[in-house]
This record gives sequence, C-alpha cells and structure tokens, in this order.
Amino acid sequence: MSTFLGMPSLPAFGSGNLFAGESFPKAAHRELGNAQLRANLGHATHTIRDKRINVVSELPDWEQLRDAGSAIKQSVMARLPELLEQFEENFTARGGVIHWARDAKEANSIVAGLIRDTGETEVVKIKSMATQEIGLNEYLEEQGIEAFETDLAELIVQLDHDKPSHILVPAIHKNRTEIRDIFLREMPGADPDLTNEPSVLAMAAREHLRRKFLTAKVAVSGANFALADSGTLAVVESEGNGRMCLTLPETLITVMGVEKLLPTWQDLEVFMQLLPRSSTGERMNPYTSLWTGVTEGDGPQNVHLVLLDNGRSAALADEMGRSALHCIRCSACMNVCPVYERTGGHAYGSTYPGPIGAILSPLLTGIEAEENNSLPYASSLCGACYDACPVKINIPDILVHLRSVDVDSKRGKKKVPSQMDVGMKAASWALSSGKRLGLVEKGLPLGRIAAGPDKKITKLPGIAGGWTQSRDIPAPPAQSFRDWWAKEHQTPDNTPSTNNKEAQP
Amino acid sequence: MRIALFATCIVDAMYPATARATVKILERLGHEVVFPSGQACCGQMHVNSGYLKEAVPVVANHVAAFDTADYDVAVAPSGSCVASVKHQHPMVARSCGDTALEARATAVGAKTYELSELLVDVLGVTDAGAQLGSYFPHRVTYHPSCHGMRLLRLGDRQSRLLRTVQGIELADLPEADQCCGFGGTFSMKNADVSSAMLQDKADNVRSTGAELCTGGDASCLMHIGGGLSREGSPVTTLHLAEILASTMAEQASVAGEVRVSTGKATR
Amino acid sequence: MSARDDILTRIRGALKDSPEAPEIPREYRSASQLDGDALIELLVDRLVDYKAQVAVVAEAEVPARIASLLEGARTYVVPAGLDDGWLAGLDGGGDGGAPGSRRDSRRRLDSPAQPLTVAELDGVDAVVTSSAVAVAETGTILLDGSPNQGRRAISLVPDHHICVVRAADIAGILPEALRRIDGTRPITMISGPSATSDIELERVEGVHGPRRLDVIIAR
Repeated sequence: MSTFLGMPSLPAFGSGNLFAGESFPKAAHRELGNAQLRANLGHATHTIRDKRINVVSELPDWEQLRDAGSAIKQSVMARLPELLEQFEENFTARGGVIHWARDAKEANSIVAGLIRDTGETEVVKIKSMATQEIGLNEYLEEQGIEAFETDLAELIVQLDHDKPSHILVPAIHKNRTEIRDIFLREMPGADPDLTNEPSVLAMAAREHLRRKFLTAKVAVSGANFALADSGTLAVVESEGNGRMCLTLPETLITVMGVEKLLPTWQDLEVFMQLLPRSSTGERMNPYTSLWTGVTEGDGPQNVHLVLLDNGRSAALADEMGRSALHCIRCSACMNVCPVYERTGGHAYGSTYPGPIGAILSPLLTGIEAEENNSLPYASSLCGACYDACPVKINIPDILVHLRSVDVDSKRGKKKVPSQMDVGMKAASWALSSGKRLGLVEKGLPLGRIAAGPDKKITKLPGIAGGWTQSRDIPAPPAQSFRDWWAKEHQTPDNTPSTNNKEAQP
Repeated sequence: MRIALFATCIVDAMYPATARATVKILERLGHEVVFPSGQACCGQMHVNSGYLKEAVPVVANHVAAFDTADYDVAVAPSGSCVASVKHQHPMVARSCGDTALEARATAVGAKTYELSELLVDVLGVTDAGAQLGSYFPHRVTYHPSCHGMRLLRLGDRQSRLLRTVQGIELADLPEADQCCGFGGTFSMKNADVSSAMLQDKADNVRSTGAELCTGGDASCLMHIGGGLSREGSPVTTLHLAEILASTMAEQASVAGEVRVSTGKATR
Repeated sequence: MSARDDILTRIRGALKDSPEAPEIPREYRSASQLDGDALIELLVDRLVDYKAQVAVVAEAEVPARIASLLEGARTYVVPAGLDDGWLAGLDGGGDGGAPGSRRDSRRRLDSPAQPLTVAELDGVDAVVTSSAVAVAETGTILLDGSPNQGRRAISLVPDHHICVVRAADIAGILPEALRRIDGTRPITMISGPSATSDIELERVEGVHGPRRLDVIIAR
C-alpha cells in the first residue's frame, strides 16, 4: 500500500462501449442524411420537452430542488471513499454481496461467473446504462448465456440487432411503423395482423415476455440510486418489467457505477422529485422499487451488487470535469439539445449520447481515446442542456474545458500544425492589441473587392469553407468603426483623442 | 454618465454601423461615450475552441484596455461578448495562474453591460419611441441569442425595447429559443449540423413574413443573414441597436447602414 | 491488490485536491400546506390523470366497494394480514349472511408460511392490498411489505390491483411521505397502472405490471 502514497498514479480509463468509432462530424453527416430519423427525433424530442416544461413549472421549489441535488452530488464526490465503505457495510450486513470491478472486462466476468454459479443459461434484464456501457449482453452471449432485455424500447433495439440511441428511450429513433415491422420480423409468434398502434405493440411485448418473467431464475439490473446510510438500492421504471425482474427471480445481480451513491435516505426525497420530471416529464414514474440486501420471504434471496469504476475514478480526478459524474441519467439534456435533435444518439458512438455523453465519454476514456476528442466539439454551446439539467451540471463549461484538454494534448506532438492551430495563433496576435487589429482592419477594402458586385463572399478555402457551405459573408465595410471613431474624434492638434494608455506616446 | 463602448471585434470590423448606432443611442440620452482604443476582442473564439493559451493575451489586452480607462460603465452591443467578459475572463486568468489578472478581469466584468441591460436596468429606458425617438416602420422578427438569454438572463429586455419602437410591427419567431447553429468555430468544425440548425432557424424566420430579423448579437445575425442570403431570400438581418437608433428623421434602411452622425465627444 | 482496494486507492488519488463537501441547502418544501379534503382531492386528481380508477368512500363502505370491484374476478389474492373486515362484503354468500360465515371460495391467501407459487399468482385475476402511505402531489402510493400489503410479488403478477388508501395515510408531498416509512423495508412506489412511453413518447397504460389499478380512498 505505502508504495502508492505520494506517487503520481496514471488515471485508470474506462473500456467497453464508450467510444466514438468515427469522428462526430463524420457520423453526424451520415445521420443527418436520414430524413426519417430526423422526423422521428424531432417529433419525440419536442413531445418530451413540452411534457418536462409542464411538470417542472408546476413545482414552486424546482430551483431549490436543483440546488439541493447539485450540492448532494458534490458532497458525494468529495466523500466518495467513505460513502462507498459505509454502503458496503450496510448492504453486506443485510445479506447482500458486493463485488468490485475495475473496468468493463472485470465487471463482465464477475456477472458471468455469478450466473454460471446458478447453473442458468438465461437471464432477464432491466434496462441499465451501466450494463450497456460494459457491453454485458455481448459478453454473455459469447459465454453461452442469453440475456433478454425486458424494457420495451430495449427489446425493440435488441430484436432489431440495433444500438440504443437515447438514455431513456433507446428506440427513440424508430417510429411506430418501423417498430411494428421489427416485431413482425423478429418476434417469434407475433400476430401477423399486428397494427402499429402503440397500445397494441405494448401488448405484443407483454405476451412475448410474460413467460420469461414468470420462469426466470436470474435477473440483471442497474440501479438509479444507492443509499449509503442504509445500503438500499433503487430502480426507477415505468412498465413493471423492473418489478418483475427485481421480485420474481431467485438471484439478482445489479451493476452500478461507484458514483451513484446518495448519502442518506432523506436525499431520496430530492432525487425522486428531480428525476421523473426531468426524464419522462411525469410527476412520478409508475414504479420505483427499493431493496436493502435480502428480505426473507420477499424477492430474490441471492442479492449481488457489482460496483463499477471503468473510468469513473479518472473522471473524478479532473477537477473541472468531475461534476459530469453528478449525472442521474435523466436525458433532459439530450431532449433539449439542438445537435442531438438533428443527429440522434448513434452519432456519438458511445453508450452515452447527447451533451452529457459529449463530456462523460471522453472523461471516462481519456480525451485521446479513439475519436472521443471530437465529442466535446459537438455543441454550439447554446446552454440549453445546463438549464435543463436537474443537478446543474455546467455542461457547456465542461465542453470548453475538454476542448482545451484536447488542444493541449496535441501541442508539440504534431509535426505540422493544423489550419485551426495556425488560425488561432494568428488571431491571438491580431486580437490582443487594438493597434494590430486596427492594422488588420485596413485590409477590409480588399474584402470588398473579393465580394464583388453582389457584395457577398460565397466561397472560402480550407476550414472556413465549412461556413460558406451554407452561408454567405457580407462584403466588409469600407471603414472599421475604430477608423471612423478616430477620424470623428480628432483633437485640435490633429491626433486622435485617447482614453487609453496603450495609445499614449 | 461616462460610458465606455466595447465595440467587439466583429462589429468593429464588419458591422461598424451597429457601433455607431450604439453611440447615437447613448448620446441621445445625454451620456458621454468613450472608446478605449486599446480594445480588440473578448477572446471568446479562442476559449470556446479550446485555445486557452492563445486566449490569455487577448483577455489580458481587453482587461488592460478597460481597467485603466476612465468611465462609469462599459457597454457592448453583444450578449455573447459580454458573457465572455463576465464569465470567461476570470476563468482564463485562473487557468494561467494569474491571480492579479483574475481580480482585474472580475472588476472589469462587473462594470460591463450588454446594451439592452444597460438601457433598461441602468438608464431606465422603458419606451424607446418616447425616450429615444426610435422609429422603424417595418415588419420585424426577433431572435434572442443563446448567450444573452441563458448566460446573461436578459429575459425580455430586448423584445420589450423593440415593442416600444414607433411604427414597428414585431412578429413572433416560432421556436425563438432555439440556437441558430452559429457557435463560433462550431459552424466550421461541425458545418453539417450547424447548417441543419440554421436551415430550421431560417425557415422559422421566413414563416413570420418579416422583412428582417433582428437580435442583439452581430455574430448570430451574420449567421442567420448569411443563410438567408445563400437561399436568395430577400429577408435580411439588422442589429437591434440600429433599430433603436433609427428615427423619423434618420431612418435605418432595412439593409442596414443607418446614416448616423455623432457630435464630437466632449471631454 | 484487490479490486476493491485498487478502486478505493484510485478514488482517493483522484480526490487529492480535497474538494469540499458543501452544506446541503434544503430550501425546498419539506411539507405541504394541504390537509383533509384538499389532500384527497389532489390525490384523486393525480391518480385519475394516470388512468387509475379511484373511489372515495367512508371507511364502512370499503367492504362493499371491494366486493363490487371483484365482481368479475374468478379468483383473487389477499395478503394474510389484510383487515378481515374489508373482505366482509365477499363472505357469507353475498346474500346478507353474517360476515365470515362462509369464506369466499375465490379467495387465495398469501402468507409467509404458505406463499403462493408464481404460477399460482399468474392464475389469479386480482389482488387486494392496503398501503403504507400516499403522496397527493404526485399521485403515488407506497407499499412497504407490511402484513396488510404482503410481499411484492402479489401486488405485481395479478393483472388487477385493488389498493386501499386510508385518508390518514395521505401526505401532501414526497418528503412528508418518505419520513413516514422505513426505507430498509422492500418498498414499491406506485403511480398509476404500469405504463410505457417508449413508442414515439406516446403514453400507453398497461404493460407488464397490473394493467388495472383501482384505488379506494377510505375516509
């Protein structure tokens, strides 16, 4: 132990489904070309936005709840080691078994081992971001264990051999007709006369899964909250598939990130007000289950919890970025994000899409992993996400911070600086002095010549060509304001008046 | 009151009429305007693009230009640049460990106002027609830029001022609170997404039947206007300072370029 | 080093700047100003919004109400600790015979000593339970596994849940309700029948949990 004290340790980054396989602009370009996707996303995000606004504006103390939620999470991060130990003690005292996993691989092998110990080869699953993150289903399949997703949207995605594109509504990119077609194609015994009515489709899912619920011996879940002072776990859901999984099987294996703790039972009163209104836009979600270890005669008698690091300690080490770990996975940020609304979740590559994904993924993996350094740029910094976040994660500031981490990570490593590097350096020179900017502005008439008789510039070279792909630039003025001011305010001795020491001789 | 104008680099170089209109409005209210000549840029483009190191001299220059000049308050016709001065400058100074610069930046930020904020909160303008003689007989729609709305919490200050301009017909912009897609270098780095956002904004602007779209940030207006121009739309953009400065005697044209002549500053 | 120690060491290392744990500002409401009829009215409004069926009846009318709701049920389950009086309307053959004189043959009793199997639960049409506490503002009913509510499975598998809420157990807002219960019990918070919004964000009531929720508020 002592050898670690005082030694600068390298951050332990996460693995699994946390990577943008291709750069965001490239992926976004492809997704933007899918008109059906854009229509589906536009409809869905606008619907949920309106619902959220309605239920949030109903509460007179919404801002106070956000303040409390933010402070509680900040406190959790500051006290994380102590709270984890407290939670472990309480959970274990009540008959639960805790496992610790450094990364995705370790978590997967723990879960597979626990399932094998039961002798079962099938498990039912509750939608969980943590198990999505570690790629548990794929791993279990390799191990000969079949995992059945039971949340309707996860079921749709699993049947379609697709990837989730949203934290809360993984099949948000599919409309009802596409879902009907998936059911007809992939669901054994689906009624050939199935209509595309959401209620009819929900009933088909009920029929499909009912037998599984009633016979499953092992369930795998995530957790929304873990209360340190009692060892209690919570799952928030809507359909009742969660209750089925948490109640009927003999063995329950929960996988949860270490950051999900709340210090006390009282804190639940804050988060159970923040989460449902922010996520589904409901006053309360239909079902929330809370369990504390094992309860004799009620629910699973073998209760396990896998506590997952997978890059969370690395994110925690980033003082500017650590508040990304406050995230309660409500998805409000992606529902209000103009970028997400147009590209959908797949463009982000990682399990975590949208504004939170654009900061969380690179924080968990390190900025230099694969194409994750393109994610912090996937934002116009409009700030809608920060306003919507129930725990007040300042996503725009963290995006900007991570951009600077990205830029700094490349300094001195590239043989040839990028166009952006060169431009920024030149701009820094020109824009850090009024005199120099004034000199540059003397060139404005050249721009007028370039603009020609139409008085607009329609094509620029290099990265600036991104602008002129859809936008003109007006012809610059004949004279800058600075010039005009100097001429208007010449003093009798014919030198411009000064109110600034830089211009003094 | 002695008011220091922070023109912002984009207005200084590309939209000088906006700065001249700002001067006109303030002088019409009886205030003295000064222009600290050392000023250049707020450095937001550098900060937001991750070039923090390159932002430091830009921020230091702004702070130097504005913490030595003799004035009561500073004003800029831009919500975004004011938000940068207020929120980003101290952060940039902190990032390079310059605590003295951080303190000076914080002091400058505290004295800096966005134009509508200054007019409404400090100078007590409630009726632009009556107090400024603002007259602009056109159908106009208004885009509230993100940083003014969310970082400065300008609320309805800009639209309230616009509503009191004589002769104006203000048409509500559908989905007004949605970003136009500019985002500085975002418009180049993620040109496709930016263009998709702009397309929706332009569609919404055109749906209002307005002759022009106004707002408080020249950068967003250049973006929206650039998109409309590319589409061949006759709809243009014009900064709200120019609408407020427009009078019966000196009307701003829809294409911009209000003819404004100010008296020489008296010291 | 064990994974546990490794992770805790990493986390301690990540916090070497010793960030402060702030005081938690709890300026949000800790109690509502509502009482009596206003609480009931609000709870009813919220439950109806979730598409639950609600009846507000006098305590004495609970048995009749339960009996009437169970009219179409071939079988139903009750937890062993349910108030016998509530089932009085079902016993005695339904012709005014003395309560308890003849136990309703449709009834299945679930007790810790003799729990029903999952298959048996799947075969019953309805379940009758009491409740621990309710939240008017959010239309939420909390079950805590007390003897009059039974284990979690019985209020889950049957497709029709009849739940009795005593007026005295209605809290105005969530913080009040959570103060009234023991968080270490197995708790289920129920806000309407099961539902999903997974298809185009359109809410559909009734998926895997009970598709029908009848709430009887007894005052």
